[in-house]
Parts: sequence; C-alpha cells; structure tokens
Amino acid sequence: MENPDVMSDPQSHAALIDRLGTELVPVRRLLPPWLRTAGWLLLVAAIAAGLLMHYGAGPMLQRWAATPDLAWAGIGAVITAISAAWAAFALGVPGRRAAWAWLPLPGALLWIGASGLGCLRTWIAPGTEVAGLHQTADCLIFIIAFSIPLSALLIVLLRRACPLRPVLAAVLIGLASAAASASLLEICHAFDSAATDLLTHALAVAVVVAVNAAMGGRLLSKA
Amino acid sequence: MSPVRTVPAESAAASASESPDRRRSAWMAAAQAGDRRAYEKLLADSVALIRAVARRQGVAQDQLDDVVQETLLTVHRVRQTYDPGRSYDAWLGAIAARRAIDSLRRRGRRDSRELHDEFALDNHADADDASAAAENEQRARRLHAAIAALPPGQREAVEQLGLREHSLSEAAELTGRNTGALKVNLHRALKALRERFHGEP
Repeated sequence: MENPDVMSDPQSHAALIDRLGTELVPVRRLLPPWLRTAGWLLLVAAIAAGLLMHYGAGPMLQRWAATPDLAWAGIGAVITAISAAWAAFALGVPGRRAAWAWLPLPGALLWIGASGLGCLRTWIAPGTEVAGLHQTADCLIFIIAFSIPLSALLIVLLRRACPLRPVLAAVLIGLASAAASASLLEICHAFDSAATDLLTHALAVAVVVAVNAAMGGRLLSKA
Repeated sequence: MSPVRTVPAESAAASASESPDRRRSAWMAAAQAGDRRAYEKLLADSVALIRAVARRQGVAQDQLDDVVQETLLTVHRVRQTYDPGRSYDAWLGAIAARRAIDSLRRRGRRDSRELHDEFALDNHADADDASAAAENEQRARRLHAAIAALPPGQREAVEQLGLREHSLSEAAELTGRNTGALKVNLHRALKALRERFHGEP
C-alpha cells in the first residue's frame, strides 16, 4: 500500500487485481443447492432412523390412522423442512432470485392448516391422550433442542456459500430446522394436537426462527 | 477496461463468437481451477460491470471505486459459489448490488452522525478518542505524516481498517495477514498515534 489517500481507480484496481491474482488457488466448486439440501436431510434421516429404532413406527402409525389430520400435518412439516432448506441453499448462491424464499410456503400452509384443523375439529380428538402441562413443556424442549444442531449444521454449510440476504437466509434456516424437529417429534409424540399442544409447537417454531434470525443473520453476514 | 479478444489455451470454450457473458463465464470456470491469467482478465473485465451496477443503485461518483474494490474482494472470497452453467454477469451483478447497498448505508450512517472526517476510526469500538484528531487540514496532514511514519505492519492496519474502512476479513485478504495480527497492529498503531498527539496537541 504505497498511497493511502489516493483512490485513483485504474492503478489501485490493477494493484488489487494483481494481488488477488497472486492469491488465487484452485477452489472446489460448491455443489448445487439440491444436493447440499440432500446432505443436510441425511442427518435428519439419521436422527429419524434412530428415533424409529427406539420407539418403533407402531404408535405413530396408529395415531395417524385415528386422526388423519395429524398425518397431513406431519407430511406438511416434512415438506416445509425440505423446501425451506432448499430455499436457504439457493439463496446462498449470488444471482438466484429472492422468490426462492416463497418455496416453503405451500408446505408450511399444509403443516399449520392441518394441525390447526385437527385441533379445531373436535377441540380434543376422541380416543387420544391429552397432553398435560408437563408434557407440553417436553415438546417445547424437544423442538428447540433438536433445532440447535440442525440449525448449526445449516449455518456452517451456508457460511461456505454467499448468502447476500443473510437475515432472510437465517429465517429459512430456522424454519427448516424447526419443521424438521417437529417432524421428528411426530415419531415419539404421544398425544394429539390439543390446543395447548399446538400452541407449544407454534411457540417453539417461533422461538427457533427468531433466534436464528437474530443470531444467524450475524453469523452469515460476513458474506 | 480493455476487451480482450485473444483467447489462449485455458478456455477453448470461450471462442470469439460467444457473448461477453459466456466468455467471462468460461474465464471464471478456468479461474476456479486456478488459472491466474483468466482470472485477472475476468476481474479487469468486471470493473466496468460493477461500476454500472453501483451507479444504477445510486452510488455517488466518488464512492464507485470503493464499491468496485469491495466487490472484487467479495468475488475473490466466494468464487467457489459460481456455477459455470449459469450467467456470470447475473452472479457478479448480485454481489455488486449488495456491496453498493452496503456503501450507501455506510454513507447514510456517516452523514447522520455529521462526521465527515475521513479518518473514521469510529467504526472501531475502542478507537473513538484517537479519531477526533483531524479537525482541520493541518492536523489531518500531521496525522497522515504520523501514519506514514509507523512501522509497515501498523501502517497497513490503519490504512486498511481505518482509512478504507475495510472489514477485518477483507483487510486480511488484501494484506495477506491474519485478522489477529491486523488487530494487534491496529491497536499498537493507535497507541503510538495517541501518544504522539497527546504530547503535541
């Protein structure tokens, strides 16, 4: 840096370009967003497999047969997790349209709509156990606890990319990990979507998204 | 910028008949593999594009070069995110637009504080007291002289972090020093300047 206060363009640009040229090393190109999404889903699938081995698929399928709304809500959560993660990875590539952020909307509508309907239909579905206050707190802790490693992995993966809209990317990360945690909760959930339970889920998802937006935005904004 | 039409061996795909965007795309693909000549041609070729994007975003004339430099640094840092199957111009344009917005925000913040001192060390939390120095031209000259007299490492840190307002990571990339060394150097430099100006107000 010979000349601190002169920003005459051609020379200083040429000097910078020369310097960047000398620093150039081959880089491994980033995998396409869908493949990176698949990589993250692998972790979710591994956790799901672990939970299924522990709890077995029986109780979940029985519950779904009794209350199909719950099954739809679970499917909605899975779709939300996949599409929000995909959208976050797509937004990590400069030049991709911001409209990607809407990708999780249909899944989220199904998820929220189905769990809301299930709750409104009979207030408390017949033949299923009602969650007590203690158990609802467990749900809250479950969703938040599983969201932390899932969000952390997404943030690490996205820091290798270049999210030019860091807060939007962080919101999508929060949504993806909260939805994935809610899907995982389906496997070992013992009760139907009573109003209190639904509220807890909504609260947990909101907490996860908000924390990501506040912290993740900062973690991603170096890009 | 000079439109380079000669295409050497590194990118047989970029023949002269192709569009400039395709040509730049082939250069970036070569640069990702480590081809320095393609990379430097690409960056030189990008300067005009970045300026055009920044101007469209409303960046003032005297800030354009800053945006160009910030954008080139970002391009360097995130070059692995470019997918040669897609438009290079769109990729570069998105980065340049973001850096232009950053520049406008910085400008806005500075104006709202009514601080037109180029030695804007106020961006660095613990440096407020030192930056008040340059109130008039003479004092600014003295300050520049003092900076010029610093050891090279410290001078570099002040220039990159203080005068040009690069972030730590950008300054690290520019100077090839790690962020820790830059921080230490900035602190030592500020200490030296503070001592110097404390003695002769």
